[in-house]
Amino acid sequence: MTLAPVLQALPFAVLGAILGLDVVSFPQAMLSRPIVAATAAGALIGEPGRGIAMGVALEFFALESMPFGASRYPEWGSAAVVGGALFAQVPDQTVGAMSVAALAALVTAGVGGWTMVLLRRFNAIWARRQQARIARGSGSAAIALQLGGMTADLLRGGVLTLAALLTFAPLFDAVVSTTRVSGTVSRATVVAIASAVGLAAVWKVVHTTRLARWYLLAGVLVGFGLAGSLS
Amino acid sequence: MTAPAIARPPADALALPWRVRAAMLVRMLGIQGAWNYETMMGNGVAFALEPALRLLPGGKGGDRYRRAMARHSGYFNAHPYLAALAVGALARAELDGVPEAQIDRFRVAAPGPLGSVGDRLVWAGWVPFCSAVALLAFGLGATPWGVVLLFLAAYNVLHIGLRVWGLHAGWTHGLRMAQALANPVLREGPAHVARATAFVAGIALPVAAQGIIGPGRAVLGGVLAAVSAGAVLVTVLHGRIEGWRLATLVLAAFVLYTMVR
Repeated sequence: MTLAPVLQALPFAVLGAILGLDVVSFPQAMLSRPIVAATAAGALIGEPGRGIAMGVALEFFALESMPFGASRYPEWGSAAVVGGALFAQVPDQTVGAMSVAALAALVTAGVGGWTMVLLRRFNAIWARRQQARIARGSGSAAIALQLGGMTADLLRGGVLTLAALLTFAPLFDAVVSTTRVSGTVSRATVVAIASAVGLAAVWKVVHTTRLARWYLLAGVLVGFGLAGSLS
Repeated sequence: MTAPAIARPPADALALPWRVRAAMLVRMLGIQGAWNYETMMGNGVAFALEPALRLLPGGKGGDRYRRAMARHSGYFNAHPYLAALAVGALARAELDGVPEAQIDRFRVAAPGPLGSVGDRLVWAGWVPFCSAVALLAFGLGATPWGVVLLFLAAYNVLHIGLRVWGLHAGWTHGLRMAQALANPVLREGPAHVARATAFVAGIALPVAAQGIIGPGRAVLGGVLAAVSAGAVLVTVLHGRIEGWRLATLVLAAFVLYTMVR
């Protein structure tokens, strides 16, 4: 492997590290939401418009998984950087680009969720090693544990993004070159799948609230009408 | 038998210096930095409290400081934003010299309500609402950075507001923090936000989909029909497979199909 792909991917790895950290550890300001992360990745290439198109598609998926307590969920920060970077690097209407980039992002999100579980287990191991000092009330032990956890999470996001880009960038080029479907069909397929997940997620969240299902139905009808008039 | 009264001075008798509040606020942004499956955010609570505990008699490293740090590093799990209420309350209790047994009881009782209220208000309410607003703005033609700024500004008004308010309210009420949880925003807010989310998301999903696909009523019509059917399928399968996993499989099948057809 030459060094060039690594150097090209480095800025995205740094972005993925920062946004991966935001998911849970610091500052959880939702910089890691796909609509933000993919736009930022696109902007690094000079294509924020293509980045946000990918971000919107991934945002539909992300509506399904919120960081409730100890639940396990996909890690969208680094994944959206990967999806946004892959999609933004090719010209508009490139055959099959959105579906392949979205697939790469979804796989990265799943792997990212698994790395977060691993990190949490490592955090527990580090905490047990510091247990004697913490039990004695050492402030420096508590601070070191906290900063160590955040640093590890930062590295986790960076390494994940770098590895995903080095894996998926050549695959993306290879798959897109053999795909026989127009850019419009590719986009429509991703949007249909993502919107279905997003709509089901919204239903899951709001259906227990009194009258909310009627608000959703009214909104969908207005939205269908508005989308029809805009197209 | 009546519960022992919590001895504490009037609210204005003990002020938390602004430097300490600022340090606690910054540290609370990283309260989940060492999150793990054993103590959850316990170490983070100690980390956020630490600047206040330095004000205890004996200062940093003193006997009370060490006992408090050890106590607060134990298991604690709540919503990360509303944990600020607990951190403020615990800081007040420690500096007021409340008996350790009472503090321990509070640490056991507080996480449940803080987690439940925070999850409903923020994760199930405000995040999807802000997301839907951003998706709608995209669909209506806002610029990429306009959408991003709208989303981040809307979300973080509540995010930062909750942390700042939580620390202040926790400090003001001390271990009687439950009074702060009776705030109408926390009590009634989730239901209002859920209804607003339902309406805005209902509009946003088709409009944002149209924004990505571009012009073409025939394609959009097919997509919206597929979305409706797909959403029903994902809802029916809820509990058996997560929607994003199912989507990954379907998308992988589609990519393979486009390669070999």
